[in-house]
Amino acid sequence: MDYKVKLDIFEGPLDLLLYLIRKNEVDIYDIPIALITEQYLAYLDLMTVLNLDIAGEFLVMAATLAKIKSKMLLPPSIDSEEGEEEADPRAELMEHLLEYQKYKEVADQLKNRELLEKDIFTRIQVEEDIPELDKNSTMIEASLFDLVDALRTVIARKDLPGNLMEVAVEKISVRDKIGEILATVKKNQQIIFQSLFDGLSTRYEIIVAFLALLELIRLRAIKVFQVHPHGEIRIIALEREVRIDTILH
Amino acid sequence: MEQTHIQKEQTKYIIECLIFASEVPLTIEKIKDVLEETSKKELKELVKELIEDYHKLERGIFIREVAHGYQFCTKPEYAHLIQKFRKSKPYHLTQPTLETLAIVAYKQPVTKAEVELVRGVDCTGVLKSLLEKKLIAFQGRKDVMGRPFLYGTTSRFLEVFGLTDLSSLPSIEEIKQLKEPDFPQCEQDTQ
Repeated sequence: MDYKVKLDIFEGPLDLLLYLIRKNEVDIYDIPIALITEQYLAYLDLMTVLNLDIAGEFLVMAATLAKIKSKMLLPPSIDSEEGEEEADPRAELMEHLLEYQKYKEVADQLKNRELLEKDIFTRIQVEEDIPELDKNSTMIEASLFDLVDALRTVIARKDLPGNLMEVAVEKISVRDKIGEILATVKKNQQIIFQSLFDGLSTRYEIIVAFLALLELIRLRAIKVFQVHPHGEIRIIALEREVRIDTILH
Repeated sequence: MEQTHIQKEQTKYIIECLIFASEVPLTIEKIKDVLEETSKKELKELVKELIEDYHKLERGIFIREVAHGYQFCTKPEYAHLIQKFRKSKPYHLTQPTLETLAIVAYKQPVTKAEVELVRGVDCTGVLKSLLEKKLIAFQGRKDVMGRPFLYGTTSRFLEVFGLTDLSSLPSIEEIKQLKEPDFPQCEQDTQ
């Protein structure tokens, strides 16, 4: 038999199985396990040949298929005298596929809707206010990872010129920046990370601001945290006197 | 009688202003906060009239009911020009993103593990990108071992997909019905 393989990118084993079911025009309620398993494994082989990484999930599904296939080969047990029907070994998989298919369907419907910022536009919304901190909100300390990630977003949003030489007329020092940030944070109780970089247009300025922030964290003059993981990074001042003149000497 | 008609018209114009001035979809409750004298029922009727008025006028903008409220927006037929003007990039919604979003929308509040169970693949990255797009948000933690985070959709989600509320998503039964005629169609293709 000649397989003509169209290599769609399959999101996962369920996606691949649904594709195979559709391609073979078989009933999802009565999956010919032997056929589907064979084709499924052929796909995995192909992926290996193409040097694609096969995610673990694909292998787990291969094992599940093999298990179902072997169960189906066994004669039905004769123990059940009352004529109870034995559960179809495919039942669990079938249910799983049906459920997944349902959400795929919803996904398609969502995609076909008129989308905001694509088909429909509203007036530009300003960034939402930072919700007030209450006593119940958890503070998750932002890791260096989070900070670097946020910095990357800032730089990406700024759309900085690529390889242009930057000629800064007046360069601000990290030390000055520390003072500036500290003053802003103390004045506003809490500020969001992004706002530190508002109005900064050169890479140099952004890096200086970032270094200043790191220095302030090291000195425990401020605290950077998130209320939710991956949420907005906020900065608050800690009750601690920092003498700027002693910094960075 | 004539007087009340004028008053009614005026109330309608005020509602129009409020919807225009609001940054987010304006709810009836918010309108009621300003127009205390008018009943919610009346307000709803007036909003309906207003929507109808815009419809009749055939202008570039219209009022739509979305995310529990009302909002001015541009007509889809001019989308390409507004994109050009805004220089904005529409949400890049990939198949995995949409699938995950669909699962969160129906099963919320839902944990990452529960989403992954349905999709059969790791969903860490997809969930993170949905959080960044503010289409989903954390909704506390589930009281099971490990106290995993629970996710749910946001009002931004409703806005982006033009849904009035979550109940305007097709019901699970409806989806099943949609799915049924799919198979005979396949058979026809083979013949």
